[in-house]
Amino acid sequence: MSILSVSNLRKTYGDTVAVDGVSFSVAPHEIVGLLGPNGAGKTTTINMILGVLEPTAGAITIDGRPLASDRRAALARTNFAAVYAPLPGNLTVEQNLRIFAMLYGVRHLATRIDRVIQQFDLERFRHVKCGVLSSGEQTRVSVAKAMVNQPRLLLLDEPTASLDPATADDVRRRIKGFTDSGDGGVLWTSHNMYEVESVCDRVLFLSHGRVLLEGNPKTLPNEHGKDTLEELFIAVAREPLTLGT
Amino acid sequence: MDSRRVLALVLRQIYLIRGSISRLVPLFIWVAIDIVLWGFMTKYLNTVTAAGFNFVPVLLGAVLMWDFFTRVMHGVTMAFFEDVWSRNFLNVFASPLSIGEYLSGLVVSSIMTSAVGLVIMLALAMAVFGLSFFAYGTALIAFLLILFIFGIALGIVGCAVVLRLGPSAEWFIWPIPALLSPFAGVFYPIATLPAWMQVIARLLPPSYVFEGMRAIVLGQPFQLSSLIGGAVLSVAGLLIACAVFTRVYRHAVRSGLIARYSAESVS
Repeated sequence: MSILSVSNLRKTYGDTVAVDGVSFSVAPHEIVGLLGPNGAGKTTTINMILGVLEPTAGAITIDGRPLASDRRAALARTNFAAVYAPLPGNLTVEQNLRIFAMLYGVRHLATRIDRVIQQFDLERFRHVKCGVLSSGEQTRVSVAKAMVNQPRLLLLDEPTASLDPATADDVRRRIKGFTDSGDGGVLWTSHNMYEVESVCDRVLFLSHGRVLLEGNPKTLPNEHGKDTLEELFIAVAREPLTLGT
Repeated sequence: MDSRRVLALVLRQIYLIRGSISRLVPLFIWVAIDIVLWGFMTKYLNTVTAAGFNFVPVLLGAVLMWDFFTRVMHGVTMAFFEDVWSRNFLNVFASPLSIGEYLSGLVVSSIMTSAVGLVIMLALAMAVFGLSFFAYGTALIAFLLILFIFGIALGIVGCAVVLRLGPSAEWFIWPIPALLSPFAGVFYPIATLPAWMQVIARLLPPSYVFEGMRAIVLGQPFQLSSLIGGAVLSVAGLLIACAVFTRVYRHAVRSGLIARYSAESVS
């Protein structure tokens, strides 16, 4: 069974169509990349999966729970990290983790918090306010918060956008570890095609709110006459009509 | 309703207040200043007016009750503003938290913060200025309850306004108690007001509280039915406030406001 199932998802704002009939799924142990140029509908799609944006049409099911009718159960199995949603800077790392662990209904709170602090190498920042951490450290805290409830579905919206290559690689390894060792799945957006190729099992290219291409990031460029994923991305951004299947 | 989720929001307020003197001091400093100011004012008035009339329970008691109401309302909005100021809506509302749990968290946070102010006010008013709450009898509990419920209701409406209009709308919220006070008859009988203001006053639960307080202290007939009317109005206000917040929240989820909430994106 898929961890995430999105069916004919659509979002309109008046006459503007942001997401237009998107369907896809994420399986256990799978990392799916959601790619596309700015304004393609990636974040809108993620916001709808997070329940903070109501779809105009379509259905979202998380771990067998329909989001529309069983929001609480669906979201309890989900978590996310996004570069534009930092944790409150006026609380310490431990305080933030405790509060969000309680919001997500985590049991054995202290043990679980200790575990993610250890897992993300945050012990020395445990009592430091998040606002004074570097962007790389803040990202690690955000990803730790995203893991605190051991979600089945992890949504990551450009999680490495502001990180140096070494820190970004560290974050990627930890997220790979999440799918390798557990039974969770990840939906990942990124503009770093090197990262996508190394991390994602499958990618979806969005353009103008629609899924234009789908496939293995290692073979998809060749299938469309391009040498690299980056070239394919540029083609999707500039000439989407030539690539539609 | 999951009490742990409610507790998470309260715990957040405790962490913030504990770690910030600028959040801790306002919990009691302004109400303490009000009590001191009005305490001396009533003492002075007692010396220049007819012997036998005691202004302390009439004026100082009214100030204390009004400040309590204000603290309750601000307790709700302050807890909400913490999410606004830290741009935390996406993190909070993408969690399994329900709207009922969120509002309950704001209310319990307000109970905690307003209780601090109430204790300080009571201690000062009783110890320094000799205010005796026995003068109000058991009706005092009803007075406090009505003011508490209406304070919560106004606080929730304030949160809905800021959620709908954006962070800068918080400046609409702070002066609400001051705007209501002329109509609520905190310091004078409602009959003093012109007819149109009396109509508004009768729609405000606090006006029933202050009319009742004065009646008891001055030895005039006290209408229990009038107090019940105030209680009904405050409960109705609370229900309407919750409905308004829920409606605004649903609009925010439909329109995408929650997902891109900031001073820049909301008009």
